Amino acid sequence: MAGNAWRSTVSRVMGAIKTQSPQPRTFSRGIQTVTLIPGDGIGPEISTAVMKIFEAAKAPIQWEERNVTAIKGPGGRWMIPPEAKESMDKSKIGLKGPLKTPIAAGHPSMNLLLRKTFDLYANVRPCVSIEGYKTPYTDVDLVTIRENTEGEYSGIEHLIVDGVVQSIKLITEEASRRIAEYAFEYARNNQRASVTAVHKANIMRMSDGLFLRKCREVAENYKDVKFTEMYLDTVCLNMVQDPSQFDVLVMPNLYGDILSDLCAGLIGGLGVTPSGNIGANGVAIFESVHGTAPDIAGKDLANPTALLLSAVMMLRHMGLHGHANKIETACFDTIREKKVLTKDLGGNSKCSEFTADICRRVQDMD
Amino acid sequence: YRSPPPAKYGGRHTVTLIPGDGIGPELLNHVRELFRFCCVPVDFEVVRVDSSASSEDDINNAVTAIKRNGVALKGNIETNHNLPPSHNPGTICFDLYANVMHCQSLPGVPTRHKDIDVIIIRENTEGEYSSLEHENVPGVVESLKIITRVNSLRIAEYAFNLAREKGRRKVTAVHKANIMKLGDGLFLQCCKEVAAGYPDITFDKMIVDNTTMQLVSKPQQFDVMVMPNLYGNVVSNVCAGLVGGPGLVPGVNYGKDYAVFETATRNTGKNIANKNIANPTATLLASCLMLDHLKLRAYAKMIRKAVLKTLSETQLQTADLGGQGTTSEVAHSIMQEIQRGGPRTSEQI
Repeated sequence: MAGNAWRSTVSRVMGAIKTQSPQPRTFSRGIQTVTLIPGDGIGPEISTAVMKIFEAAKAPIQWEERNVTAIKGPGGRWMIPPEAKESMDKSKIGLKGPLKTPIAAGHPSMNLLLRKTFDLYANVRPCVSIEGYKTPYTDVDLVTIRENTEGEYSGIEHLIVDGVVQSIKLITEEASRRIAEYAFEYARNNQRASVTAVHKANIMRMSDGLFLRKCREVAENYKDVKFTEMYLDTVCLNMVQDPSQFDVLVMPNLYGDILSDLCAGLIGGLGVTPSGNIGANGVAIFESVHGTAPDIAGKDLANPTALLLSAVMMLRHMGLHGHANKIETACFDTIREKKVLTKDLGGNSKCSEFTADICRRVQDMD
Repeated sequence: YRSPPPAKYGGRHTVTLIPGDGIGPELLNHVRELFRFCCVPVDFEVVRVDSSASSEDDINNAVTAIKRNGVALKGNIETNHNLPPSHNPGTICFDLYANVMHCQSLPGVPTRHKDIDVIIIRENTEGEYSSLEHENVPGVVESLKIITRVNSLRIAEYAFNLAREKGRRKVTAVHKANIMKLGDGLFLQCCKEVAAGYPDITFDKMIVDNTTMQLVSKPQQFDVMVMPNLYGNVVSNVCAGLVGGPGLVPGVNYGKDYAVFETATRNTGKNIANKNIANPTATLLASCLMLDHLKLRAYAKMIRKAVLKTLSETQLQTADLGGQGTTSEVAHSIMQEIQRGGPRTSEQI
């Protein structure tokens, strides 16, 4: 018992020392703590659904629920509550539901705050066609990796003269190198064959040129992964005609925003798309990217698939592939059977019924 | 800004032809052949601007030729990274501020979505394509995206005017003003102001990432769309892909006094150049739009009808549509189709 706890402490310390290592860390037999941020709207009910399913699957996860509503810290700066930050720093892994961003609340978007607090530099979205949820695209299996800290979302804008505005897109060598390295590591760790850099270096020669150069440099160290480059418009053109030709895509912020949502649209929308944010110091927060859906909140009508698949992504990140596969298979089987689908998937069952079905399947698998 | 340039002698127009790179030259040759076959009163003045041999002088010659003729038909030019950035010298010199692409589902073309009919109007001169970049500190590059009130108002005015002209019901502005509050915020503001002057047309707005998601699931909801430069690039390529690919959709760049016609997605197709497998539809439809612009509408109608009829014949479809037809077979079939229409009398022209 003590031996196990000591071993997991050591592995956590080792993990922290290997600061920038994005490799999935295998955890020894101890129960792993995960910070759970239920969020707003339908957040709490889908989080409960995920916890139930994890329990049914006997996943070695202990949940620590935290709230991240912004508070004003000393000095007047907005920050997330210290208990939340402490919990994340300790556990390093977080699962988050949708957060609402009030329009005129005075504090910045919570997602932005989380991103800044933990330096979440990579947004990873695996998009796989869900058998049983029909869309016009049936053979999608790609991953978009988006640089999440700079680029067009630097927020630096100026009014030059009346009627002329300039927005600054910032590309740095460091951030580009970091995201490229993450992309190649991800490809290697998940047995993906190729990485494609998406850019517009023909127009933005210096900025996207720098990004591309860094990708090329990093590619040199990963000869086992194929590296290609493609213009953003060509990617868009080909993506809607034949998405099966794409594997891992890495790109700066704006293109990543557009392409990751485009790919989510291919497989059925934000209600079924998982997402993970990787930060410096080994922090990773997995989240559902849909909205809070206030109109159906509390009515047991929500679809927990996005959050569940993000949680599965989290399990894989932690090296718990067995549990991940079990839960994912159960989820896909339930969707394929079409007997207890929630409204957005085309059925009229309740969230609890959907969850119960998945729990049953998971338990039957043992 | 819609009056055609003055015709030269005997009612014949002169149009600048820029073959470009890749499949441009061969497809434009087909256009010339077809025009000769149909006795279209248009003479082409060929100007070579391509990635291989273009100095500043060549580009200046092209500019002069277009200025003289007012209308140009062009193939796509591959970016020469050794030359200073000038992604489309035309847009800057002639202030071709509106890039218009009409994306429609065409009969006989196998696609995942049906009944698409979208007009995409893209601001063509500023935005992210300002080519203003600098490296203040080594390893940190800044690229400037410029949005001005003047250009935003102008493109919005163009969009609403076109919508009204074509009897369209709704104009959607595509933006990312939640992040780029000043830049795209200004663009949206201008669109809203112009919309007030067109109460018969519904004005809607949508964030660009949501737009792409909607486009791949329910593209039929869109009517006319207006947006700044980069989003225009993304959205037009998505839409072109949705209706069947780059080989099918023509595009036009309009300025106050000039118009340049080309394929909507600027691909050079260098991998399939000179193999007689390229799809000539986009280029031919672009030439029809040019004929409409020159007020040679009867010719435009005749050629367009033949092109679309041939397109619907699946055994003739080119490789990009999944068929095995060659470019020359398609061109030949179009000519036969035109011939079947019978000799044209003077009343028709």
